[in-house]
Amino acid sequence: MWAWGYNPWPAYAALFKESFGSGYGLASALANATPLILTALTFAIGARAGLFIIGAEGMMYMGAMAAVALSFFRLPSGLHALLALAFAAFAGIVWGLVPALLRILRGVHEVISTIMFNWISHFLAFYLVANVLVDPVRAEKTISVARTSRLPLLLRGTDLSLGIVVASAMAFFLYVYLWHTVSGYEIRAAGANPHAARYGGVSPKKTVLLVFLLGGTAAGLAGAVEVMGRPPTYAVYSGLTNIAGFGFDGIGVAMIGRIHPLGIIPAAVFYGGLQAGARLMQMEAGVPFEMVRAVQGVIVLALALPELIRIFRVFVRTLFPKRRLA
Amino acid sequence: MNWAYFWSLFSISLHAMVPITITAVGEVVGESAGLFNIGLEGILLLSAFTGTLGARAGGPLLGLLAGLATGLGIGLIFGLICAYWKGSQMIAGVGINLFALGFVAFGLQVLGSPGFYTVPRAVQLPPIRTAVGAFSPLIPVALVLPFLVHLVLNHTRLGLKIKAVGENPEAADVAGVPVELTQLFSTAAGAALAGLAGAYMSVSWLGSVTKEISAGRGFIALATVVFSGLRPLLALVGGLLFGFFESLATWIQSLPGIKEAVPWQFISMIPYIATLLVVAGVIGRARFPKSLGVPYRRE
Repeated sequence: MWAWGYNPWPAYAALFKESFGSGYGLASALANATPLILTALTFAIGARAGLFIIGAEGMMYMGAMAAVALSFFRLPSGLHALLALAFAAFAGIVWGLVPALLRILRGVHEVISTIMFNWISHFLAFYLVANVLVDPVRAEKTISVARTSRLPLLLRGTDLSLGIVVASAMAFFLYVYLWHTVSGYEIRAAGANPHAARYGGVSPKKTVLLVFLLGGTAAGLAGAVEVMGRPPTYAVYSGLTNIAGFGFDGIGVAMIGRIHPLGIIPAAVFYGGLQAGARLMQMEAGVPFEMVRAVQGVIVLALALPELIRIFRVFVRTLFPKRRLA
Repeated sequence: MNWAYFWSLFSISLHAMVPITITAVGEVVGESAGLFNIGLEGILLLSAFTGTLGARAGGPLLGLLAGLATGLGIGLIFGLICAYWKGSQMIAGVGINLFALGFVAFGLQVLGSPGFYTVPRAVQLPPIRTAVGAFSPLIPVALVLPFLVHLVLNHTRLGLKIKAVGENPEAADVAGVPVELTQLFSTAAGAALAGLAGAYMSVSWLGSVTKEISAGRGFIALATVVFSGLRPLLALVGGLLFGFFESLATWIQSLPGIKEAVPWQFISMIPYIATLLVVAGVIGRARFPKSLGVPYRRE
């Protein structure tokens, strides 16, 4: 940062004061973490099964579109929100299904197929925002999510909504599923040693399908909780400016959380805090917000080193001697 | 409809082919040695940006050189992590992509133009003007490069070593080939070519940098490598094919009457859908090195 002519110290001071120094800051950190937990889960469950799903971004767009689309209907409060969440999850699943089938039937590598689907969904979402879901009064955004379909705020005056509960519940569900059910065990076995898993009777095709279904659900929900629980507009802006990037950030969050559903929650809060701080840093010290993503990239690059992960693990063990991560 | 329309399709195709072909041919070298780099997208993006900086500082050639150097630098880091320190190639690649995404967005703001920067015409690479139109000087480079790489990979000792390391690192090691060094060299050379391709996009072809300048081309190049089955000459065919699909999208939109009938967003999807279809169609017959993506540990 210094190299670019900014004074780093006030910037970092602002970063930490904002992120973790106050109740409001913590609430923003949690609010920012909400979609990231879900997109990180998409990547994590894939990685546990040995698949590199970088399609959370596109699935998340589709989830957000689906959640907004349901606001064309009038439904009772509560039920409306539940249906919107379900429809968003369905949209995410649909978007995950094609790469899953391409992988199963034609052996197309999921990195290529999910990236192509991200771009297809990017343009589809552009089209939907500008032509189908557009706000008749304000053409730069979609219609706002109906009041009956919004997720209630947990703290007055903050952005923190019930979405954080949805996201955490999904994380706990996936943890229990992966670590305490036979089917979840099979997924992890397929990722840890595909050959052994196949000899043990685990169907690789079923695993791929299951992982994409669960991942699509999580990513679809990510888009939904963001538009249904983020004041003040409850809408998607043209150019997707207010939702773009959550899918990619989720990959980094999943890595920092050691691709463990429960590790992802603190990692997302940490990253959400950095984002909240970075916004303030941009205001106070003029450092562009995007710096956080570059920092995250360096962290992930470093995490590729097995040696570093071992040191990190020993470090965590000495900090929390009784608990076991991963 | 007249010939000028078809000619423009051909001309855009040639220009769109360059970054995909150069990147794919580079990745063929890296994958032949057993390293799978999904960070190509990030390298394209980063070097498109650094290429601009280089061009601003000292003209178009320095721009291309800056892109090349950026790719080389990232490739060396990637090679160190993956060949020497046995890190996960997937994770390192994802890290490169994330870093590029944030860094370029950040860098564009520092340049004082969030999201979009136009490279001054004076420092853009001047096109070769011919009787039938202007072409970037890198088009012949992209057409010749696959043949050079083909010669090196299939008809030199170096190429034999690279392929041996990718196919069977244990045997190569026993035969005295330095496995890690060969992998580092191959992936860094491939990444440097991706860097050149990135700088081409900003300094020569498009004349501007955006956060989305790479537009999935790094991954389309990976798809091209899959299509080619690690044969550089087929990578050229794949590059021409995908370049054609990309320009088809641009071209259709320029046709009279189409813009009103079909929303541009759907036309823009063509290259990505075409990539999926081609990859889904050819897979199964391509054969890859046995040790692709697997870190080599001496026992």
